[in-house]
Amino acid sequence: MTDRPGAEPAGRERQEIRAVPVRHPGRWVAVAVLAVLAAMLVHTVLTNERFGWDVVGNYLFSAPILNGLRNTLVLTVLSMAIGIVGGVGLAVMRQSPNPVVSGAAATYIWLFRGTPLIAQLLFWNFLAALYPRLSLGVPFGPEFISVDTNVLITQFAACLLGLGLNEAAYMAEIVRGGMLSVDRGQAEAAGALGMTRSQTMRRIVLPQAMRVIVPPTGNETISMLKTTSLVVVIGYFELLTSAQRISNQNFQVIPLLIVAAFWYLVLTSLLTIGQGFVERRFGRGFVPDRPGSRLLSRAVNT
Amino acid sequence: MTPMVEATGIHKSFGRTEVLRGIDLVVEPGEVCCIIGPSGSGKSTLLRCVNHLERIDAGRMRVDGSLVGYRESGGKLHELRESEVARQRRDIGMVFQRFNLFPHMTAAENVMEAPRTVLGRSRSAARKEADALLDRVGLAARRDAYPGQLSGGQQQRVAIARALAMQPRLMLFDEPTSALDPELVGEVLDVMRGLAADGMTMLVVTHEMGFAREVGDSLVFMDEGVIVESGVPRDVLSAPRHERTRSFLSKVL
Repeated sequence: MTDRPGAEPAGRERQEIRAVPVRHPGRWVAVAVLAVLAAMLVHTVLTNERFGWDVVGNYLFSAPILNGLRNTLVLTVLSMAIGIVGGVGLAVMRQSPNPVVSGAAATYIWLFRGTPLIAQLLFWNFLAALYPRLSLGVPFGPEFISVDTNVLITQFAACLLGLGLNEAAYMAEIVRGGMLSVDRGQAEAAGALGMTRSQTMRRIVLPQAMRVIVPPTGNETISMLKTTSLVVVIGYFELLTSAQRISNQNFQVIPLLIVAAFWYLVLTSLLTIGQGFVERRFGRGFVPDRPGSRLLSRAVNT
Repeated sequence: MTPMVEATGIHKSFGRTEVLRGIDLVVEPGEVCCIIGPSGSGKSTLLRCVNHLERIDAGRMRVDGSLVGYRESGGKLHELRESEVARQRRDIGMVFQRFNLFPHMTAAENVMEAPRTVLGRSRSAARKEADALLDRVGLAARRDAYPGQLSGGQQQRVAIARALAMQPRLMLFDEPTSALDPELVGEVLDVMRGLAADGMTMLVVTHEMGFAREVGDSLVFMDEGVIVESGVPRDVLSAPRHERTRSFLSKVL
């Protein structure tokens, strides 16, 4: 009798495999250790009165905290907007065949990545010390409008300049990396169809680069959420500053840090979920569309 | 009649390697010209010079009578602006070895993209044309599939439909079946055969000798950056005059 591939030889039973699975005692030990640690953590959080959960509850939705939260949100959103728009512009400049243009972008990136953000915030805040008046006019010629620097560059404006322009330098490299990840054949195919360089960039390269750009941009946004707390150096306030101002008065340092941490975690969670949606949008054609929630299936699979 | 492609004395170097060393080639309207030759012979580069994806170092490349990438006035050559080069390329369709479909768009969107952005067609008009073209390459049913969900042969057929959407006067094929599994080659060649029957002028870099013999009006054998011999496909393939052609053909036939 000869075996034919793909067909069960007649009159013979399928031999099921019923083997004893390999045991993993190490896994059980790890689970036990982690369970004990988790129990200890829950126990201490609940029983240690110095966590001050009542204080946390009192301040969680208090006006100063919510004000700070609002500032954190506004600063994050606007700084990231400046950062992303500036970053795309710088990345496109960096790829320019004109060496002066690409050199200018490279210099910008070098300067803003190479100096501390705190120094940049202070610089914008004290711009008036360097240029008491700012004016609009013909270079080396007549001026049309002239304003007091301190009027134009408020604390808030200095925060945005500092955070946004710094972020643009980092975003530029993220965007550039994304554009480099797109196969050269894509731009060639678009060019062969008669599309101009800018059409190719907008319609073909950037949408594909987004797939690579989004995850690190999510990182940057979450990072920015917390970096905004640096604005305290120029006297502005946001979530962490608000919490610290309160604890400076009532000495409840730990509960107020918990209040701040709570809100940071809420915002981070929202951003993470939002990032998932954006990733799915730009993953079209790359990941097979699965019916139902991807979040759900991911949770089940891991 | 003005030749569709008229290449005279084309030279092209990458760094110190001279890839094209004086190419003269004429392709008449409606002609199917196949280019064969060993890898590294410069045949793909020659094809890419026709639509200015590569810039030539010397010689003149004319498509339908006008210089590619340059304008001649007052006895001087002027480089064309990027937008003018883009305009010239509208009339020259190109099909790549690796398909180069836009992976973030469906088959229909791939075909619609250039008519929409370059020609400013309305969405519905572009959609109608795309459907007709996908039908022509036998893929009407897969119009909403992404390239990643299509087989290589299907992707290449979409790529042909995408190029045809610009209603080109000339089609360039750069080894269109070299990246395909053997059983998928036939479906792409069938589409190309249909195009040739409809009178499309085609310049085809290929390793498919059967296709060259059957569909080609002329055959060019290139080696080391020069055209070694050319003529009617049947003659070149069955009675090559040059030793290099003979030894190449003996390896591939």
